[in-house]
Amino acid sequence: MKFEVDGVAIAVFCALFLLVTVLGFVAARWKRADLGLLDEWGLGGRRFGTVITWFLLGGDLFTAYTFIAVPALVWAVGAGGFFALPYTILVFPLVFLVMPRLWSVASNHGYVTAADYVKGRFSSRGLATAIAFTGLLATMPYIALQLVGIQVVLEGLGIAGEWPLIIAFAVLAAYTYTSGLRAPAMIALVKDTLIYATVIVAIIYIPSKVGGWDNIFSSASQALPGRDEPGALIPGTPDAQVAYATLALGSAMALFLYPHALTAVLSSRSQDVVRRNMSLLPAWTFLLGLMALLGYMAIAAGLNVTDPNHAVPALFVDMFPSWFLGVAFAAIAIGALVPAAVMSIAAANLFTRNVWKEFVRADISDRQESQIAKIASLVVKVGALAFVLFLPTQYAIDLQLLGGVWMLQTLPAVMIALYSRWFHRWGLLAGWLVGMVSGTWIASSQDFAPVWNVPVLSVTAYTGLVALALNLVVATVITLVLGRRGRADRLDETRPEEYDELMETGQPAPTVGAGVT
Amino acid sequence: MRRWYLLLAVPFLGLLYPPLYATEDPELFGFPFFYWYQFAWVPLTAGITYFVYRRTRPRERHTGRFRRA
Repeated sequence: MKFEVDGVAIAVFCALFLLVTVLGFVAARWKRADLGLLDEWGLGGRRFGTVITWFLLGGDLFTAYTFIAVPALVWAVGAGGFFALPYTILVFPLVFLVMPRLWSVASNHGYVTAADYVKGRFSSRGLATAIAFTGLLATMPYIALQLVGIQVVLEGLGIAGEWPLIIAFAVLAAYTYTSGLRAPAMIALVKDTLIYATVIVAIIYIPSKVGGWDNIFSSASQALPGRDEPGALIPGTPDAQVAYATLALGSAMALFLYPHALTAVLSSRSQDVVRRNMSLLPAWTFLLGLMALLGYMAIAAGLNVTDPNHAVPALFVDMFPSWFLGVAFAAIAIGALVPAAVMSIAAANLFTRNVWKEFVRADISDRQESQIAKIASLVVKVGALAFVLFLPTQYAIDLQLLGGVWMLQTLPAVMIALYSRWFHRWGLLAGWLVGMVSGTWIASSQDFAPVWNVPVLSVTAYTGLVALALNLVVATVITLVLGRRGRADRLDETRPEEYDELMETGQPAPTVGAGVT
Repeated sequence: MRRWYLLLAVPFLGLLYPPLYATEDPELFGFPFFYWYQFAWVPLTAGITYFVYRRTRPRERHTGRFRRA
């Protein structure tokens, strides 16, 4: 299907885009502080309360690409794409348990990244570097995918060429540079309002135009088995069901290992804010579930798209009047800016703390540290832009899938370490390596399908979990072998009482300047 | 106090065994069971998490803002 230029929609779209651009720069003055410090620039001073954290985390985790890709997958394969719902349901109780512990220990020691924590916990530079490397590697294609999200929306508006994308990203880069994490936090307020408005209107309005929910589900159940790779409305086979459950569980376990998720968690004021948010964030899950059903609505509306990613834009173009089309597309495009900004900040934090300070110069001042992070965030964004402009989009999508597999391999060193220091650091490092290599190998040999038919067990499971199992086996074996010689391994700068997720200091977390040096 | 954390396992039990809910009937408002069952877990899980949050909150705070009703 070919999209036509729609003047009214473009005007509304541009007006909203201009609004958030202004907000992005104004954000530098919000909760005014010295943005020359990494804690202020990169974590918003760790002062965000419940409401801001809700908007920021919601805007950060439920990315624009998610809102394009999940309905696209549902459009293409049916129920298999719906695993996003159990995935984003289960992630929150999981985070409720784990993340407050990390918040606690991180605020006690001024850790900004997961690799900071791993270094402190295991006093192993190698392991910390592996964690930082994984985070950087997984984040880059994810940023690129946000650009793909913007690109899809621009195509829907009938705007051709690459320059609008370049302008959008240049603007994003400029205000992230000046305002740091405050910019996405503030823009998230606008973005979230727009997204909610769009989805609520879509969910009420579109079904009435395509013959109600009955008709939406029945036309989907008729159309799905006829796809090139037959889909289904209900996952009927045991294989499909195991794949469904393992994808949901594995993705939930991976999500909060991502640097951008950690950054948003660490920027909140207290563990209490993190814990309370875990019962409020499912509002986003509900929204994502409704959004996924847009895929079926596109089927019921009889839209024929060659690229599944166009299912949602085509549906909106078909259904909405021009002015609301502008609002809906702006919601998605602005929705790409928030995660892209947080991701680039998270990647910059990683680079500065765990690469530059570790390997280039350790004796930089707090101010230089923040400056390097700002520049790194620019480089990361330019890299993502180049990725989208010069490489096939499919690479970014494949790498994003690998990103989840990779992030899961840091689970033993980051999350299990929050509970136990039983694993030997060499065991963890070897396990990580085995997990990374095997996961990458399996995924690429599967043509980047997310699931793998495991030999011997003959079940079809999420590749990331298979690799994690190998990872844990290797880590366990090496820990047992090295166990008695692990004396020098007892170096741990954290203390058990610092992990108390219920301890409420009532004080803001220490800043980098006060905490680390 | 932390025994309340066990409640957080409930959504996992409800969602990680798809044979439990991979059926079309009973439908609700035109939604096959598979879909509305999973949607129902969203508020349920939020409720459980909130309950556990309230139960495991430290009690030593006495500032007006946090006082229990």
